[in-house]
Amino acid sequence: MIRDVVCTFCGNACDDIEFEGEYGRNLCPVGEAKFAKKERLKAPMIDGREVSYEEAIERAAEILREAKRPLLFGWSSTVNEAIRLGVILAEKVGGIYDQCSSVCHAPTTLAMIEEGIVGGTLGQAKNRADVVVFWGCNPVEAHPRHPTRYSVMARGFLTRSRADRRVVVVDVRKTPTAYLATDFYMVEPGSDFMIFTALRSIVNGHEEAVPEKVGGLTREELKGLAEILMSAKYGLIFFGLGVTHSRGSERNVEAVIKLVQDLNRKTRFILQPMRGHFNVVGSGEVAAWEAGFEYAIDFSRGYARFSPGEFTAVEALIRGDCDAALIVASDPAAHFPRKAVERLKEIPVIQIDPHPNLTTKVANVVIPTAIVGVEAEGTIYRMDGVPLRVKKIRESEYPSDVEIIGKILEKVV
Amino acid sequence: MIEVVVITGRTTDQGMTIDEKLSEAYMKAVSFCEMNEKDMEKLGVKDGDRVLVRSELGEVVLYVRKPEMDLQPPEGLIFIPMGPYANRVVGALNGSGTPQYKGIKATVEKTDREVVPVQEILNF
Amino acid sequence: MSKSKVIHIKNGVVVDPAQGIEGEVMDVFVRDGKIVEESEAGKADEVIDARGMTVVPGGIDIHAHIAGPKVTAGRAMRPEDMKYARRKTGALRCAMGKVLMTCPAIGYEYARMGYTTAIEPATPALYAIHTHEELDSIPMVDKAVLPLFGNWHLTFRFAAENDVERMKAFIAWAIERSKGFGVKVVNPGGVEAWKYGRNVHSLNERIPGFDATPAEVLTTLMKASIELDLPHKVHVHCNNLGVPGSAETTAETIKLAAKVGESKDGRESLHITHIQFNAYTGEKWRDMGSGAEELAKLVNSSPVTVDIGQPIFGHTTTMTADGPFEFALHKLVKGKWINKDVEIETGGGIVPITYRAKSPVNAVQWAVGLEFGLLVDADKVVISTDYPNGGPFVEYPYIMTLLMSRKFREREIREKGVNSYIEKATSLPSLDVERTFYEIVKMTRSTPARILGLRAKGSLRIGADADITIYPFDCRNVSPEEYEVLLKGLRNAAYTIKDGEVVVRDGEIVKEIWGRTFWVNAKGVAREIIEEDLNEVFRYYTVSRGNYGVKKEWLRRAEEIAVDAC
Repeated sequence: MIRDVVCTFCGNACDDIEFEGEYGRNLCPVGEAKFAKKERLKAPMIDGREVSYEEAIERAAEILREAKRPLLFGWSSTVNEAIRLGVILAEKVGGIYDQCSSVCHAPTTLAMIEEGIVGGTLGQAKNRADVVVFWGCNPVEAHPRHPTRYSVMARGFLTRSRADRRVVVVDVRKTPTAYLATDFYMVEPGSDFMIFTALRSIVNGHEEAVPEKVGGLTREELKGLAEILMSAKYGLIFFGLGVTHSRGSERNVEAVIKLVQDLNRKTRFILQPMRGHFNVVGSGEVAAWEAGFEYAIDFSRGYARFSPGEFTAVEALIRGDCDAALIVASDPAAHFPRKAVERLKEIPVIQIDPHPNLTTKVANVVIPTAIVGVEAEGTIYRMDGVPLRVKKIRESEYPSDVEIIGKILEKVV
Repeated sequence: MIEVVVITGRTTDQGMTIDEKLSEAYMKAVSFCEMNEKDMEKLGVKDGDRVLVRSELGEVVLYVRKPEMDLQPPEGLIFIPMGPYANRVVGALNGSGTPQYKGIKATVEKTDREVVPVQEILNF
Repeated sequence: MSKSKVIHIKNGVVVDPAQGIEGEVMDVFVRDGKIVEESEAGKADEVIDARGMTVVPGGIDIHAHIAGPKVTAGRAMRPEDMKYARRKTGALRCAMGKVLMTCPAIGYEYARMGYTTAIEPATPALYAIHTHEELDSIPMVDKAVLPLFGNWHLTFRFAAENDVERMKAFIAWAIERSKGFGVKVVNPGGVEAWKYGRNVHSLNERIPGFDATPAEVLTTLMKASIELDLPHKVHVHCNNLGVPGSAETTAETIKLAAKVGESKDGRESLHITHIQFNAYTGEKWRDMGSGAEELAKLVNSSPVTVDIGQPIFGHTTTMTADGPFEFALHKLVKGKWINKDVEIETGGGIVPITYRAKSPVNAVQWAVGLEFGLLVDADKVVISTDYPNGGPFVEYPYIMTLLMSRKFREREIREKGVNSYIEKATSLPSLDVERTFYEIVKMTRSTPARILGLRAKGSLRIGADADITIYPFDCRNVSPEEYEVLLKGLRNAAYTIKDGEVVVRDGEIVKEIWGRTFWVNAKGVAREIIEEDLNEVFRYYTVSRGNYGVKKEWLRRAEEIAVDAC
């Protein structure tokens, strides 16, 4: 029996998984699928031909060296040790380092640059939060054990019963998460900024400034929601891509941060972005301590420059600003807008991943590696930044990401 | 044809098949859109039929799925699971670096065209 | 990793307060990373002719926030600070950041300044894995980290019961788990109070939800640390930091240490960090003044040591575990604000700040720091800026020069336009004290080494680690009026030697190396006595107990300091 295994799928990073041989206990359906055996990339390939690891690494290094400005993207589903090497590699080849939050919670980073962010660890939800809000997120489907482990059913030192906790769900449609709500609010798409602003007006004592209806909610409903928030002893807003992917993106996040700043003058309130991958936080923080920024970093001048909208992967691809790509632990071909994927087809692409996916179809060099948290260990950061060491629970023939990126780095310096 | 707003996002099925993107199971998980039954009536489609979704960014053929009564999106809103099908019609750039994957205006009409298999979805 | 390298340093002017050497021309011999007798050195691989130069031990930074989640959050929030490129990539890494810096930049800048050891003074034990990852990404220096105890639920429980035995077991457990070096306390009780939207304002007030008071927390931790014989005793950021009237709380805190008394080896029982921030008199900002003179006298006659926390005029970022203080600062300066409440352990906040010479408050703060630097016994005070809270650590040479030269102080007051309110509110303008170079070397080398209990550091005695700085001037021949010479020389070491390797020549890094991480293993303490307490408290955590902690194999070069107290 292997205890305290950390699941390496979503930002929950549940660390109470137990493995008895192949059988894992406490996994949610998504986690179970993660640990289940499935098709693997069999061998390294160059242009569809099977080759040795040596050859593939050599060719990858060659592509990166020859490119004027390669894009090194992904990183959110591997360990910090590999990410660190990736940042250094991007620096040495004068390329762009970008990671998955670029298409996910980057607006939260941008808002944080403007306003900071009032946060806490997930333990605050479990132990203190008597008002929990899910805004623009659907944890029942995207972070399945979140409600049980952390935010709804979890009990802690000040939260002894269900009655101690009010659950508010705000979304443009009813999702399964709405079933957990004591209060559900359906809002119009693209109206988050206005609603946050209206709530701020009410919280700051200016309800007369709020129109009759904002984003599908009446003034009365808004007052009711504001009342719930202000009545909290310790409130927590979990927010997701409903806020960052909608019109307004980073302005929406700024608005909710400012709302929470206002609430802290009346009570205690924090925010937690629902980070998607189990180490997307690491892919940003490692870059920040190594190069100064969390994403959209260009090294082509020999030092780090940060410019979202310029050095973010999607924009860099669409504008043709990169002439090669290294994709690690990610599948941009599946998750980027089509126009960006078109560009990926045109440039040499190196993929480092355990599984075949859509990026494999556009990759010129494919290097299979071990699955992090199953066949390779290392450090990751949960959605609230709490660091955990993921384990190796199965033997494997595959080399780790750390090993492969390390070897490519050796060849380019 | 109706006008809608498209949102995209995660689902459990999509998450469960995310490491098997070239499989039938993944295709089933990401090649549909959820609609309100009233909108389906307007289009004359039923569960399992196909629709053509078109936006400024492109077009894609998807299956239609009607969620249980309670979980239908409101009229005028359709939900497509995140993935290569959705990304043919969403992902508008706004200069911030993060594409707009939700809240994209589109049109929906019934179609006889086939849903492209996932192994070929990048070929268009 | 270290070759058998032999270095002879000849003809240098040696200043080594730990051995009482006050500027004598003598040779120093290095072999295998240690300082050795000439007879043991053998044939030199390199001979450094240090004629006309001053040879001192490598500098020790006792308190600088250089690693951990809070530092990285600050970086991420401030691309406007990070975008300053100090060096491009080449044989070394690119180094970014003006005040906040990337890890490579931090290591390089310490080495260029002749500093060879740095202590990260605050990590939540829960985040220790992250803090060590960052420490291991900082090249050049030896390091250690202090985990935070002052707002941990178990600390409150044991303090309330005055249970020194269980507190010892808890400290031993926590510093082993976090691979930490000692006991850090920040605003004891206040950060827990902040989780209810409050703060604590007196040492004798009950901490919300618990029976303990801040005084009890500090006293029990001090007693436990002394009994454990920890190399470094309790390191405290006092309650009521950063407000008028804080001087009183600090005085009371010092009195608590006086009650506990000295430790077994005759060393002090409490280190008060960045005392400048806790040394204001007055009731409101309008009548805020300096309490430094009184406090310095009290420090000199009590079993406490301090580091300054000197503010530097300009932009910087405050970051501390003092959550409620950062909230108050956010409201005061209307700045962007990061807050992080950490499980049942601690918290923290980050707010950018600018110290302006023309602001009466900032001017007083600046003066207060210098007053401490001038008035506290050189054996009891260490130079620091509480980086980045007061300002960049690269400004230590600036502080050293200010303390050595009255003329430089007068020039700075004049040229920077320091608000004349300091004439009324502080004693600085009338202080003609000029610290000697010998005292400055104490305040940056032998004193921090003594306070930290790092016996192989801060000295050039035989057997010490070969961490050596050679400054490009003869300290005997530079008068305080020649402050330009001092400042320039202190900023760019002629040589920095780390672990017996030359890593800096003429202010340039010539070799990148990786230092050790010191951690304390307080063995011989019965940890079973807190087993139940730990199991109980882990029910409230969101990580499992089996995943809590750092394995020494994960560190680059972990060096265990075993302490076996009964």
